[in-house]
Amino acid sequence: MKPAPFAYARAASLPEVFDLLDRHGESARLLAGGQSLVAALNLRLSSPGILLDINGVEALRGIGFADGVLRIGALTRHAELGADPLVARHAPLLARAVPHIAHAAIRTRGTIGGSLALADPAAELPACALALDATLVLASRGGERRVAAVDFFQGLYQTALRGDEVLAAVEIASRAGQACTLQELARRHGDYAIVGLAAQAGPPGAGVALAWFGVGGTPLRTPRAEAALVAGDLAGAQAALAGEIDPPADLHGPPALRHHLARVLLGRAAAALKGH
Amino acid sequence: MSELSAVDRPNSYIGRSVPRPNAKRLLAGRGQYVDDLRLPRMVHVAFLRSPHAHARILAIDSTAAKAAPGVVRVVTGAEMAAVCTPWVGVLHHLKGLKSAPQHALAIDRACWQGEPVVAVVARTRAEAEDAVGLIEVAWEALPAAVDMEAALAAGTLVIHPELGDNLAFQREHVGGEPDSCFADPDGVVVQATFHTGRHTGVCLEGRAILADWNPAEGRLTAYHSNQAPHMMQTVFAKHLGLREGDVRVICRDVGGSYGIKVHVYPDEMATAALARMLARPVKFSADRIEGMVSDIHARDHRITARAAVTKDGTITAMEIDDLTGIGPYSVYPRTSAVEGNQVVNLCGGPYGLRGYKARTTVVFQNKTPTCQYRAVGHPIATAVTEGLVDLAAEAIGMDPAEIRRRNLLPDDGYPFRNLANLAFEGLSHHACLTKLLAMMDYEALKAERDALRAKGVYRGIGIASFIELTNPSPFMYGIGGARISAMDGATVRLDPDGSIAIASGVTEQGQGTEAMLAQIVAGAVGVDLSRVRVTTGDTETTPYGGGTWASRGAGIGGEAALQAGNALREQILVIAGAMLQAAPESLDVRGGAVVDRATGAERLALEELGRIVYFRGDTLPKDLPRELVATRHYTPKDYPFAFTNGAQASYLEVDVETGFVTLLKHWCVEDCGTVINPMLVDEQIRGGVVQGLGGALLEHCVYSPEGQLLTGSLADYLLPMAGEMPDIAVAHVETPTKESALGAKGAGEAGTAGAPAAVQNAINDALRPFGARVFAQPFTPARILTALGKI
Ligand SMILES: Cc1cc2nc3c(=O)[nH]c(=O)nc-3n(C[C@H](O)[C@H](O)[C@H](O)COP(=O)(O)OP(=O)(O)OC[C@H]3O[C@@H](n4cnc5c(N)ncnc54)[C@H](O)[C@@H]3O)c2cc1C
Repeated sequence: MKPAPFAYARAASLPEVFDLLDRHGESARLLAGGQSLVAALNLRLSSPGILLDINGVEALRGIGFADGVLRIGALTRHAELGADPLVARHAPLLARAVPHIAHAAIRTRGTIGGSLALADPAAELPACALALDATLVLASRGGERRVAAVDFFQGLYQTALRGDEVLAAVEIASRAGQACTLQELARRHGDYAIVGLAAQAGPPGAGVALAWFGVGGTPLRTPRAEAALVAGDLAGAQAALAGEIDPPADLHGPPALRHHLARVLLGRAAAALKGH
Repeated sequence: MSELSAVDRPNSYIGRSVPRPNAKRLLAGRGQYVDDLRLPRMVHVAFLRSPHAHARILAIDSTAAKAAPGVVRVVTGAEMAAVCTPWVGVLHHLKGLKSAPQHALAIDRACWQGEPVVAVVARTRAEAEDAVGLIEVAWEALPAAVDMEAALAAGTLVIHPELGDNLAFQREHVGGEPDSCFADPDGVVVQATFHTGRHTGVCLEGRAILADWNPAEGRLTAYHSNQAPHMMQTVFAKHLGLREGDVRVICRDVGGSYGIKVHVYPDEMATAALARMLARPVKFSADRIEGMVSDIHARDHRITARAAVTKDGTITAMEIDDLTGIGPYSVYPRTSAVEGNQVVNLCGGPYGLRGYKARTTVVFQNKTPTCQYRAVGHPIATAVTEGLVDLAAEAIGMDPAEIRRRNLLPDDGYPFRNLANLAFEGLSHHACLTKLLAMMDYEALKAERDALRAKGVYRGIGIASFIELTNPSPFMYGIGGARISAMDGATVRLDPDGSIAIASGVTEQGQGTEAMLAQIVAGAVGVDLSRVRVTTGDTETTPYGGGTWASRGAGIGGEAALQAGNALREQILVIAGAMLQAAPESLDVRGGAVVDRATGAERLALEELGRIVYFRGDTLPKDLPRELVATRHYTPKDYPFAFTNGAQASYLEVDVETGFVTLLKHWCVEDCGTVINPMLVDEQIRGGVVQGLGGALLEHCVYSPEGQLLTGSLADYLLPMAGEMPDIAVAHVETPTKESALGAKGAGEAGTAGAPAAVQNAINDALRPFGARVFAQPFTPARILTALGKI
C-alpha cells in the first residue's frame, strides 16, 4: 500500500517545532526514526496531514551525565543507546534491552523518544523506563515539565504527552553497580515480546522494580510480586502475579500462556539478579 | 577406457558448482521484474477488496472515486464480466470435483475477505488507492462457512447453493488388505490426529502483471511474474475471447514463486481485461497486505490416521482420513483438489505395506482459496506417515532408525508399484538413511541427548523418510483436460561468433533454471559456459512448454536442452567434416573448437566455422546442410512421475518451561538422480527445508470465527528468519532416471517435503520423558505447554 498524501516539514530547532505544531495542530505528527510511524502510514492506519521531521533538532540529541543523573536525548537511536559507555555504566538495563529490539537496520533509525512516545505495551524501552523510575522531560513553548514514567504511560498507546509537546529527553538517576536483568520471550529474535520483564534492583537492601511488557495495555509494575521477591519468597512472588497482571488472549495463545510464561520469567530474573 | 555417457563429455559442466549466469545482473540491481517496467501511457490499478468473508453487494457508489485526481476508470464486476468470462477450476480425472464459476471481480456477492470487487485505474498506484478509499459499497454481511470441520454439517451455510453442498471433492483409495492388518490380534495399532496449519508461500517479489493491449495488432502482451507463460497465454486467450496466437506472455525476472505464481488470480485477469478495455498498458503489483489475503494459501488439513505394526516391527497397514478446506472456489486451472489427492497418493509412500486405505474430503469455506504450494501435499503426507512410524516404534519399543530400516522399500526392489498405485522406477531409501545416520553420527547424538536429559535439558532427534513426485507426465494435468504442457522444448543455436543461444520453455524464478540449462548445453555442444546465453519465459521466442513447477525444470527442460545441444553438435560436426574433409565421427567439439576426437587436437574454431557458414556459404558443397539451430522436445513417457526419495533429520531442544523450540541442526540426504549443479541443488534443499521449518514452527494463516484473516501482515504471519535457522547439512545419493539421457529428477520440493515431519518427531522425542506429544502444526509454545499440561 502507498500512504495517503501528506505534507512534510523539517524543523531545525525546538521553537520551530512548536511553531509548526501550533500551525498544524491535530493534523501534524512528529517524525523521529520513522520505524513505527512510516509503517503505520503505509498501512493507512494513520494519515496525518503533515509530518514534522524532528531529526534535525540538535537539542533532542546526545547523552550526558551530570549530578548523578543520566540524560538521554529523545533522538538517541537504539543502536547508540546500546553502545554508549555512560548508558552501560549508569543504566545498564537499557543497554541490555537494546539487542532485543527489532533488527539492526531498525535499531539504527529507531529512537528512544519514538519508542516511549508510541508506548507500545510490548516494547522494551517503556518497561525499562518504568523499572528505572525514569523521568520524562516534555518540552513545549511554555517550557519543560517532568513526568515520572509511572505517570507517563496511561493506556494502550496513550501517554501524558499533550498535542503541543515534544518528548525531549529521559532522565535516570544513576544505577551504577546495581543489579538488573532483562528477560523476554519472543517467537523470533527481534519480534515484540510475548512476555517481557525488565527488572532493576535498587541499592543493597532496597527493593526491586519489576516492570512487565507484553502482558497488558501498558507496561506495568507488580508491587506485590516485588515485595515477595524482596522478602526472598520467589514462589510467593510468582503466585502474586496472578492477581497483578491480566494479559489478553491473542495469536500467541490464551491468557494462561502469558501467566505461565510470566512466572517462568520471574524465576529466571530472580536467579539472574541473585547471580549479579 | 569405457565410452563416455551422453552427460559425461570431456568438457561437461554436469556435476559442477558453477555460478549462475543471471546472479551478477540481479545482484547489481539490473534485474527486470515486472514492477521495474515502465511503458508509455502506462496506468496502475488498485482493487477494492471485500472486507467481509461473505457478503452481498447491494450497491456500489463510485461517484467520488471517478472524480478523484488521476483516476482513469472505475470498473465493477458486472462491467468486467462483459470483457472477461468466468472460469471453473475442475479437472475431469479428479472425478466428482465441482466448483462454481469465478469472476475476475465479484459481481453480486463476495466469498472471502480479500476478494477483488472494484478495480480503480489511475495514473499512479497511490492515486488509485486514494480513489479506492472513496468508493462506497453497500454490503449485506452474510453468514460465513469458516470452519472446515463444520463445512458439511447440517445448518452450515452452503456457499454455492447451485452445487448442493460444500463438498468439492472426495476420494477414497483402498490397496491391499488394510482391514485384516488392523484386525490382527498380535499387532499393535497406533493412531493420532494431525493438523497442518494453513499457510502461504511468501515470495520476495509479490504477484505482478503489466498487461498491454495493442488494438492496431489485436494483440495482448502481458509481462507477468509467473511460472507458466504458455499456460497463461491459453488462459488469457480463452477468457478474453482471443486466439492463443494473439497473446504473448513474457516472464522476465521473477522473484520467487513456490507455486504461488502458477495459478489464475482474479486481480491479474482483471488487469489484462482492463488493458483491453482501455487499450493501454495497465500495471498491477500486489502489495504484501493484499498478497496475504489474495495469494493462494495451502495445507489447511486435519488428518486422523492410524497404523498397524507387528510386535517385531513390521508396519503392515496405514489408514488415513484427510479433511481440507480450500476456500470458496477450486482454483483454476490446476484445481484445489490436488493437494488432498496427493495426501491420498503419498501417505505411507516410503514403506512396503500390506494394507493401505486413504480418503480425502475437500470442502468449500469462506477463506482465501488454497492451491498448490511448494511440495504439494508432501509435507502433510510425510508428517502423518513419519509421525505414525515413530508412534509405532515407541509402541513396540524399537529405535526409530531401526523401524525404518526394517520397513523402507528395499533399494534393490525396483521397479515397484505400491498400494497407492504409485510406480517407482528406482529409489534409494536405505542408502539415504544410512548416509543420514552416518552424517549425524546418530549413536553419538543419542548418547548426548540422553546425557543431557539427566541434567534437565530436553533434546530430541527426529527422522523422516520421504518420497517426492517430480517430472510429471501428462498424467498430472493434461489428462484432466487442462492445457498445461507436460512437454518442454529447447532451441539451441550457434551464432557466427561461436557463441550459443538457448531458448527454453522452462522458466526461471530464482532457483537457477538458466544456470542448469547453460551448463547442460555448454557441455553438450562443447563450448565454454561463458559463451552461452539463455532466454526463458516468453511465449513468442521460446519453444512451447509447461514452465517450472512440480520439480520439472531440470528433469524435463534439461533433457530437452541436452538433446538439442547434442543435435546441434552433430550438425556442427557434419559441416566441419565437409570443411576438414574428415569423417564427422572422427571429430568432436570441445572448448569452443572442432577437435580431433582421438587426440583432442584443435582443427577448427567454432567462430571460423560460423564465419564460413553464415558469410561464405558459397565455399561449401551445395548439398551440405547448414543448419546451426536445433530444437528438441521432451515429455516423460515411461512413468507418470519420476519419484525421488530422501531422508531428513532434526536435532532440537525444547525448553519445557516455556515451550520454546531451538533448532540445533538439520540434515537432509536426497536422491534427485543426476546432480547437475551441486550448489544449486543444495540451496534448493536448504531453502525448501527452511520453508518446511517455517510451516512446522511459525507460519500460520489464522482466521477469526467470522472469517477475518488475523495474520494479515508479516508482523503476525511469522516467516522463518536466519537467526532461528539451524545449520542444514545436505548430501546426495544419485539414482539417475533411465527414462532420460540426463538422468535428472527433481530437487525443488524435497526439503519442504520432509522438514516438518523431522521437526515433529524431534519435538515428540524431546517430550517423551513427559509422555507429551504434539501433532498440530505450527508447534507453538502454547501448544507444547498445553501438551505438557503446564497451561
Ligand atoms: C520490523 C520491526 C520490528 C520492531 N520490533 C521492535 C521490538 O522488538 N521492540 C521495540 O521496542 N520496538 C520495535 N520496533 C519499533 C521500533 O523500535 C521503533 O523505532 C520505535 O518504536 C519508534 O521509534 P521511532 O524513532 O522509529 O519513532 P517514529 O516511528 O518516528 O514515531 C513513533 C511515534 O512517536 C511519535 N514521536 C516520535 N518521537 C517523538 C518525540 N520526541 N516526542 C513526541 N512524540 C514523538 C511519533 O509522532 C509517532 O507517533 C520494531 C519496528 C519494526 C519496523
